[in-house]
Amino acid sequence: MSDWPVIRRVGLSGLLVTFAARMSEPANRAALALRAAIDAEGWEGVTETSTSLVSTFIGVDLAAKGPEELTRKLEKLLSAQDWYAAPLPSGRKLWRVPTVYGTDLAPQLAEAAEAAGMEAEEAVKQLSQARVRVLTIGFAPGQPYLGELGEAWDIPRQQGLTDTVPAGALIVAIRQLVLFTNASPTGWRHIGQTAFRTFRPEAETPFALSPGDEMMFPAIERDAYEDILASNADGNGGATQEVIE
Amino acid sequence: MNAQLDVLHAGPGMTVQDRGRRGFRAQGLTAGGAADRMALAEGAALLDQSGDLAAIEMAGAGGSFRCTSDLRIALTGADMGASADGAPLAWNACHLLPAGTTLTLGGAKDGSYGYLHVGGGIATEPVMGARAGHLAAGLGEAIAAGDSLPLGPDKGGPTGRILERGDRFGGGTVHIVASMQTANFAAETLDRFVDTEFRRDTRANRVGVRMTHDGEGFFAEGQLSIVSEVIVPGDIQITGDGAPYVLMGECQTTGGYPRIGTVLPSDLPRVAQARAGDPIRFRLIETEEAITLERRARDWLAGIAGRIAPLTRNPHEMRDLLSYQLVGGAVSATADPFEEEDRK
Repeated sequence: MSDWPVIRRVGLSGLLVTFAARMSEPANRAALALRAAIDAEGWEGVTETSTSLVSTFIGVDLAAKGPEELTRKLEKLLSAQDWYAAPLPSGRKLWRVPTVYGTDLAPQLAEAAEAAGMEAEEAVKQLSQARVRVLTIGFAPGQPYLGELGEAWDIPRQQGLTDTVPAGALIVAIRQLVLFTNASPTGWRHIGQTAFRTFRPEAETPFALSPGDEMMFPAIERDAYEDILASNADGNGGATQEVIE
Repeated sequence: MNAQLDVLHAGPGMTVQDRGRRGFRAQGLTAGGAADRMALAEGAALLDQSGDLAAIEMAGAGGSFRCTSDLRIALTGADMGASADGAPLAWNACHLLPAGTTLTLGGAKDGSYGYLHVGGGIATEPVMGARAGHLAAGLGEAIAAGDSLPLGPDKGGPTGRILERGDRFGGGTVHIVASMQTANFAAETLDRFVDTEFRRDTRANRVGVRMTHDGEGFFAEGQLSIVSEVIVPGDIQITGDGAPYVLMGECQTTGGYPRIGTVLPSDLPRVAQARAGDPIRFRLIETEEAITLERRARDWLAGIAGRIAPLTRNPHEMRDLLSYQLVGGAVSATADPFEEEDRK
């Protein structure tokens, strides 16, 4: 009935199962669920698995094993259920990360609100109440792509690049948010600032977030943000976490 | 106090490298590790020690070092014209440096990355299971003058040995297989791609190596609407201007630019070692042939130890004949060469 999902080879490094041609919630859900299922299978020769927006990567040394056996196993697993309707993996977390919207810390709030066709106040209300999922992690270590926001937030990237936004910046475009790991240039708009460190190489758990986790960004005042900064040795930025049942 | 290596001078882009970190791809961190894996393996073989130990990677420019105790070293990768207290040392070989020796390495003459390996390995504190600097991810930092690098305990072993270098220097033919997005390129574009002689661009580092060529760029159909997918080292990404970019160990884990093909792991050292201007051609082969080639390369790598030969020295270049006699791996005071012979 459909051309999807497709199985493709990734050089000699593994296989890729892609669930759709573009980002969609069901395809992202399918990729997360398939990865969890493959991890649970514990297939011999699979060195690692990961997901991108709509795909699951299965790392295997194809030069040693060849692709045939793994492809057969994957086809069987894929036909076993409707992955687009699969429940999300268990053990995921909900994070609430205190966020300053606008001010000189996040100077593009007004611009982004205008692009989304609403007042800044309404934008803060929507963004601070939105519950978004870690669709994928990439670009920098531990850096989440979060979505999807409501359709009003299907705003394009800006024409030029912002020279740099700081670590902990919350930026928006194309119905997604990104929480920056490191200071970096970006074409997305900087609407909020957090003190949350996504990558903590010296810590026992170097990556705070996993694909499939959910996040909220409740609004705080500038004073509260300064207080958080003053006692942020763990890099948590005042965030709370709970396991999603 | 443990042995250490004092860094007197360091060129830019000098880092500690090992095989890198596996298993963090899902969280956005690529493995990284030595740009030229073959050079890493050669150093371990020359010193007869574990391939997991860390070495110093030098990106084009060398440096100078002083050892605080007697030290076994091996030099591999791009030839950087080594000398010990002014006396030349053979490249792709291992040597013994008496305590206090100053080791000087110049600019890379025939490649892009040279390696200094030490007996016992560089023993900086591992982070997330490896010592490899991954500067793109903010892990580790470049080695600088004034650093003192801690060394691991050396179980001892041979010195005065040499290994013939492979032919991976100066560019050449690089084998590629189809990637997940190769089919997004028109057949004519692919034909033109494999018929084009590229030159390594000046823009190259541990993240990626840009290729330059005469003529128009290589574009995929629907290039801008391709969804972001996983990236593996060796992927040849076509950026907005149509130029190919071979992604290396420190690349991102995902990306939205289409991949026209993927370089075989065993040919990546050739890409890494190409200097700006060196010619590169991509040969697209079927998976079956790629597997055969890759296995052959691994067998060759597994047999390195058997190809190591005693270093025949020019007596005029010998600074200290006695020290060579005492430590030369070819002449051991304890092993009986005739016994070895009898077993054959």
